Amino acid sequence: MTMTEPLLKVRGVETYYGKIIALKGVDLDVHEGEIVTLIGANGAGKSTLMMTVCGSPQARNGSIVYAGEDITTKPTYEIMRTGIAQSPEGRRIFPRMSVLENLMMGGMVAENKYFEDDLKRVFELFPRLKERQHQSGGTLSGGEQQMLAIARALMSRPRLLLLDEPSLGLAPIIVRQIFEAINELNKTDGLTVFLVEQNAYHALKLAHRGYVMVNGVITMTGTGKELLSREEVKAAYLEGGRH
Amino acid sequence: METVKKPSLLESSVKDAGMGAFVTFALALVMVGMKVDVASGLGAELFIEYRWTAVAIAVVTVFVGRLLLNLFFWKPDNPLAVNLSGLMPSGDSATQIGKALKPVLLIIAIALPFALMFWLGARGSRQYIDLAILVTTYIMLGWGLNIVVGLAGLLDLGYVAFYAVGAYSYALLAEYFGFSFWICLPLAGILAAFWGIILGFPVLRLRGDYLAIVTLAFGEIIRIVLLNWYQFTGGPDGISGIPRPSFFGLEFKRGDGGFADFFGLDYSSIHRIIFLYYLILIMALVTNIVTMRLRRMPIGRAWEALREDEIACRSLGINTTNTKLTAFALGAMFGGFAGSFFATRQGFISPESFTFIESAVILAIVVLGGLGSQIGVVIASVVMIGGFEFFREFEEYRMLVFGMLMVFIMVWKPRGLVSTRAPSVTLSKDAKGISADLVQEGHG
Ligand SMILES: Nc1ncnc2c1ncn2[C@@H]1O[C@H](COP(=O)(O)OP(=O)(O)OP(=O)(O)O)[C@@H](O)[C@H]1O
Ligand SMILES: [Mg+2]
Repeated sequence: MTMTEPLLKVRGVETYYGKIIALKGVDLDVHEGEIVTLIGANGAGKSTLMMTVCGSPQARNGSIVYAGEDITTKPTYEIMRTGIAQSPEGRRIFPRMSVLENLMMGGMVAENKYFEDDLKRVFELFPRLKERQHQSGGTLSGGEQQMLAIARALMSRPRLLLLDEPSLGLAPIIVRQIFEAINELNKTDGLTVFLVEQNAYHALKLAHRGYVMVNGVITMTGTGKELLSREEVKAAYLEGGRH
Repeated sequence: METVKKPSLLESSVKDAGMGAFVTFALALVMVGMKVDVASGLGAELFIEYRWTAVAIAVVTVFVGRLLLNLFFWKPDNPLAVNLSGLMPSGDSATQIGKALKPVLLIIAIALPFALMFWLGARGSRQYIDLAILVTTYIMLGWGLNIVVGLAGLLDLGYVAFYAVGAYSYALLAEYFGFSFWICLPLAGILAAFWGIILGFPVLRLRGDYLAIVTLAFGEIIRIVLLNWYQFTGGPDGISGIPRPSFFGLEFKRGDGGFADFFGLDYSSIHRIIFLYYLILIMALVTNIVTMRLRRMPIGRAWEALREDEIACRSLGINTTNTKLTAFALGAMFGGFAGSFFATRQGFISPESFTFIESAVILAIVVLGGLGSQIGVVIASVVMIGGFEFFREFEEYRMLVFGMLMVFIMVWKPRGLVSTRAPSVTLSKDAKGISADLVQEGHG
């Protein structure tokens, strides 16, 4: 796309779980202001790549450069303070803490003075959360929990937002709401988004660019539109009218 | 319209209270109603003493108590309870009771020695004030452990180690350097916190069962070191002659320059007991205030988040290592404070006071009270330690009763007595406590 240095640059990353190799040399770029999606079958290594960017587990070989800084071997809590935020696989909200407390946890690494503004912003984005701010996280519906997970990640004022399967297990209408919110964040706030998805059709429609991962390697890349029209993608990820 | 006939409130309450009374009867019949004693005089025969009135009192108390609780507190659809809660600010009824209970308990705690003195006189009230000191010590220990187990979710089975470190720190500092209690108290806390960190480091990666085992081992190691390092700690003989605390330099002694003399009172040994009571009360309250404060601060919230989901914490940029270590250190520090109090109160300590059962009792208080609940710790301490003393006369049944009580409470309230968790922050006034009933087991 652009000639500038990407915001996130992944080069030759190999990640192991013990002796098992999960990522076999992954190259991937995310430029400032982009929505980039990563699609692939179950067990392809998508979540592993996202977690490797966050430093747990750490890449055994290769490098991850974020905003010009090598973060490959940094501890997770430091990486998450550099402007990267994550809504992990399975949402992982704090079930016994209230929605508001969950959001405060998200804002721990941000400066305090922004808290009120940020809170207003995420409530604007997800009005449902405002209604339920005193409810405990565990009692929210699946869709609300996903909204909370994204909102919580946003509270740290990220430059790069990593989302792992935000549409998992949600009704189509909620999926649309969530994807609209991502789009809105990208358009209005200029947030850069790296989106891991199973819901390939929606993800590729939303994203500027996409990557396809198979068994720990990137097999295809291109703009969202290009990938959507590729026969291999259609056959493997868009079958059965998932959209 | 409702077509199914619901049993009336009175009917169901009476039934429930009747069940409670029946269970009490069944238990009390053997445990309270009959007492085996040794006949004095020749032969030392065993005989059974029957105490049916005691059984009747127990049954009636349970019946009436349960009936009242049923009618007024537990049934939400009942008009009286609604009326009552109408008088109080809106909100969850459990938090309500908790809120109303706190000032009442505090006033009772403050007035207790004087009330006892008034009713029973100096001689008669002594044992009760002693008991109150014991209960309050456990409340403080419970609150300290609550930071580690209740808030941070790190199961610590060796908490007594820090209690021991605190006690021995004071005893040894006093013995070798002649430091006074007031100098040793902070030192003991710091030393215990230091040991908390030492324990914390190796167990950082562990969770749940594994953590529990290692902390258990740690508790035993401390005790065994104290037991075997004869030259330094006195081994099984312990340390005696530990100096008593003074009241701002005034000793509790007979004659000139003592506390009684200074205030123009007649000397009485009860003064020191009352002083000790207030001392531990203040120490416990400080523990509580600090904990409550921290709970509302980022570090406290991080502890709770850590309990819920460690991976999520890390992905939010929280340094879980430091978060765990502060929890261990703070919990240990309060344990250490309580330990030095214990040493100064007893005047004598030995490793025997710091066995695993102490850890178990403190943990039981925290669990029974409802993990993370401060008021729950108070109730559980009063019930358990008070109950322990109450059942002192049937020494051999104590553990049985203790065990049954725990099983009972855990069946009745699986998340402990006070399972409502009040959020640490609210923006508007209509915030409600998060009832445990609404929270599913595990992660949502
Ligand atoms: N903690 C772990 N220990 C061992 N192996 C793991 C671990 N986590 C993931 N794996 C393995 O690594 C591979 C990639 O897993 P990953 O979770 O990255 O897949 P994914 O593409 O996110 O799949 P899904 O779409 O199902 O979430 C899988 O074979 C998986 O079994
Ligand atoms: Mg995954």
